Amino acid sequence: MPDLLLELLSEEIPARMQAQAAADLQRLVTNALVDRGLTYEGAQCFATPRRLALHVVGLPARQPDTREERKGPRVGAPEAAVQGFLKSAGLASLAEAKVVADPKKGEFYVALLERPGRATPAVLAEVIPSIILAFPWPKSMRWGAGSDRPDALRWVRPLQSILCTFGADTEEPEIVPFSIGGIASGDTTRGHRFMAPGAFRVKRFEDYIASLHKAFVVLDVERRKSIISHDARDLAFAQGLDLVDDEALLDEVAGLVEWPVVLMGRFDESFLDIPPEVIRATIRANQKCFVARRLGEARLANRFLLTGNMVTPDEGATIIAGNERVVRARLSDAKFFWESDLKVKLEDRLPKLDSIVFHEKLGTQGERVKRVAALARKLAPIIGADPDKAERAAHLAKADLVSEMVGEFPELQGLMGRYYAAAQGEDASVAAAVEEHYKPQGPSDRVPVDPVSIAVALADKLDTLVGFWAIDEKPTGSKDPYALRRAALGVIRLVLESAVRLPLLERVFQHSAIFAGRATKQQFVKDVSPVYASTLLSEGEKQTVIGRQVGQVLKGEKEGKRQAFEEIAINLLAFFADRLKVYLRDKGARHDLIDAVFALPGQDDLLMVVRRVEALGRLLDTEDGKNLLAGHRRAANILRAEEKKDGAGAFEAAFDPALLDKEEEQVLAASLGRVQTDTTAALAREDFEGAMRAIATLRPAVDAFFDKVTVNAEDAGLRVNRLRLLNALRDTTLTVADFSKVGG
Amino acid sequence: MTATADPTRSFQGLILALQGFWAEQGCVVLQPYDMEVGAGTFHPATTLRSLGPKPWRAAYVQPSRRPKDGRYGENPNRLQHYYQFQAILKPSPPDLQDLYVRSLAAIGIDLSLHDIRFVEDDWESPTLGAWGLGWECWCDGMEVSQFTYFQQVAGLECAPVSGELTYGLERLAMYVQGVENVYDLNFNGRDGIERISYGDVFKQAEQEYSRFNFEYADTALLFQHFKDAEAEARHLLEAGEPEAEGEHHKLALPAYDQCIKASHLFNLLDARGVISVTERQSYIFRVRELAKACGAAWLRTAGGGAA
Repeated sequence: MPDLLLELLSEEIPARMQAQAAADLQRLVTNALVDRGLTYEGAQCFATPRRLALHVVGLPARQPDTREERKGPRVGAPEAAVQGFLKSAGLASLAEAKVVADPKKGEFYVALLERPGRATPAVLAEVIPSIILAFPWPKSMRWGAGSDRPDALRWVRPLQSILCTFGADTEEPEIVPFSIGGIASGDTTRGHRFMAPGAFRVKRFEDYIASLHKAFVVLDVERRKSIISHDARDLAFAQGLDLVDDEALLDEVAGLVEWPVVLMGRFDESFLDIPPEVIRATIRANQKCFVARRLGEARLANRFLLTGNMVTPDEGATIIAGNERVVRARLSDAKFFWESDLKVKLEDRLPKLDSIVFHEKLGTQGERVKRVAALARKLAPIIGADPDKAERAAHLAKADLVSEMVGEFPELQGLMGRYYAAAQGEDASVAAAVEEHYKPQGPSDRVPVDPVSIAVALADKLDTLVGFWAIDEKPTGSKDPYALRRAALGVIRLVLESAVRLPLLERVFQHSAIFAGRATKQQFVKDVSPVYASTLLSEGEKQTVIGRQVGQVLKGEKEGKRQAFEEIAINLLAFFADRLKVYLRDKGARHDLIDAVFALPGQDDLLMVVRRVEALGRLLDTEDGKNLLAGHRRAANILRAEEKKDGAGAFEAAFDPALLDKEEEQVLAASLGRVQTDTTAALAREDFEGAMRAIATLRPAVDAFFDKVTVNAEDAGLRVNRLRLLNALRDTTLTVADFSKVGG
Repeated sequence: MTATADPTRSFQGLILALQGFWAEQGCVVLQPYDMEVGAGTFHPATTLRSLGPKPWRAAYVQPSRRPKDGRYGENPNRLQHYYQFQAILKPSPPDLQDLYVRSLAAIGIDLSLHDIRFVEDDWESPTLGAWGLGWECWCDGMEVSQFTYFQQVAGLECAPVSGELTYGLERLAMYVQGVENVYDLNFNGRDGIERISYGDVFKQAEQEYSRFNFEYADTALLFQHFKDAEAEARHLLEAGEPEAEGEHHKLALPAYDQCIKASHLFNLLDARGVISVTERQSYIFRVRELAKACGAAWLRTAGGGAA
């Protein structure tokens, strides 16, 4: 069966776009072929900095023939209908149509449409140009003389040539003929830009990949990555060094070369005084090079590994020397940033945060720092952190954002702050918290253990969440531009993994008042400023007068908006519940019981919620638990049915012990009383296991009740009393969880 | 080749070699524009000529002023005044990458020994309302040029697209001369007492202008100049409007000069630290609006291809 080989050679494709583009090419071409009846055995796509390639194996030589019967009008239908039919079916006259008799509808015309399958190359010549014209590049461009035409070809960078052949192994493949943007398809390509620039002819895939290799092009990105990774490791090892792994850098570098040649350069030992993370960030971001450690040591070696694209007669000496020059200059800059940053105290940087807008509606970073510091102080006692240290750490936590180093390498935020805090003699916990307050950044990031770090990390995330909730900027669908899901997950992990008791509703309620105050104040100042602009008051006097008025407005508002804050708190808690489910599911824990616990009133302490969920899960794993759940369902179903007759809430009153006429009723009533007492006591001790154990003891009484007692007794008084007893059962289970929310 | 003309021995030799190379490609070799600009792109030979249908090829050196980058002559790599070499080809020829690589060979870079790379770097000038796709060109890990296919300039689609090459001359010269400090560059290619270095030519200027940019520039005056330039540009754009259908705009070039002025004044104010983050956006916007209006006026002139 024949194969298709397609290569699109262009000027350099951005590294970050290559993999997706190759996958898109494969998907679009193979889908288009299948849609046209051309199934295939296999397909593979490739990308290098200059080419996208696709190999589709085992295509038929032509499309299958198709036969279709198209039903027309009845015999004797009006002329217009007949003409329409002839036209749509492509028939010259009715003589070409069949007449078919139907017992109900009579006779009608049928056109027999037979379409012979077209040769595959003809189909390809039609399909491929349209795919190229509409290719989904994230960014594309026009170029050259034809670029003034509105329908000009767009590509990621100028497209230079197209190779497109089709044929079986055994025969000479043919060129799939088409032309697009002035480029005619052919059967030639070019090798490495410098080492093998000439054009050469290609017959089929095996030949293509081998010829490219001879022309210094490694087509497969995985192969390039493995060459870079192995060679870098070997070169490092030979010097007694250990390569610092960097998958993202490896991906990028493999997209920058067609013929990887790994070389090792060095830099002056004296640069090793700069923090290792800075050295790595400098060399990585600017030079796309790897760094290495001395074997068995944490500190970096004064070496870097670069990936060139050239084999040179001097074995890379010139290339190494050039790269060393640049690395030297970059490290000199970094050293300068490091040393000049150390000269400024972190608190002296704070005023600059007042001019950095965090979010238009949430104010500046400076305002944010004040809020987070106050919140961290409030949270500290819950976590067992020193409130002064928590406040201090929060106060300094964002100062490094305006340091030279973080300006240059934003990914070093927090870490640099920690270095600078330590250098200016801050308490070790404070310095650590400056870095760790950003943690955890995701499901696999480390959760800090120092209580000060935990307090500031929680305050930072809660401030973000409450702020965006207060201005109604919640995540929707796949859109979460402020990474609020990640922040909520951070709170969940901090609380659960450090066993922090944090009543969220009250915290969120209090904090949302701060945001509302901010918005009110802004609006008020905006409204009254013009009034005062024309007065003779000095600027200071104006501020005082306005400030006093704002205070009064805010006081009134806090009462007036109580409900709004409560809504924010409840809504945000629901978001936490949602995130908690995702978190537990990812951990393989039971997440389906969360609703059963959150349905109870006042459940806003995530740690207690999870403990209760776990205990409930264990109860429901036991026979007693399963039967109790079944009994509860039965009771609930009966109550629901009977409430329809008697009206909602008809059985809420307490049952009358005097009317308990069967023994099983009396036993159940007694059990309920005991269990109610036991669970309440256990819950007061936060002993969820104990509460579950107590509730489980209801099972025999419930089973016996349903076994022996007819709820809907003939006697109306007995019936109502029994329903009230069931209602008491439902209420009792509600002390531990809302069983009606348990799934399965 | 004399030492004076050798691109690897003298700064001026490098310039001469690039001029010679691009002259061979049919570029008009222009002289620097006689106004303060932040980059070679601001030269009307690039900004305005990249608009409209007429073919165009030019190459020139452009002194570029970046007031914020001044370091009082103390930094070996950073200057508030430096030279860019600019080549613009419209429409972009199909072998532009190849031409670029050959221009490197022409200034003494042995292509068999070096590692030349094209690394994604999309270019955007918010003040000019311009953007394009291209690369930063690396030689052994060092960015030596910017390569851009203009897609839009002055908010207008480029039709056809121009290819723009910008060489950072000091950096290139440091590389080919093997010098670590820009002020040590040999400017004239002579030795001994006849040798004139880049430092001899520019160090004092770097010190004085750094003082001016950061300390002494009268900001009230600069704000006024900015307003004046903006007002003059608006006035010229309006006064140059064609009086009848089919006539040309009469003052597109002088109006554009005022736009350049406003842009440089903004850079000076920015260096003096008197423009807040929020104001910054609005100043950029104001310059961009001027650039757009000038571009639109240019399209209604003979140079812009108007009938």
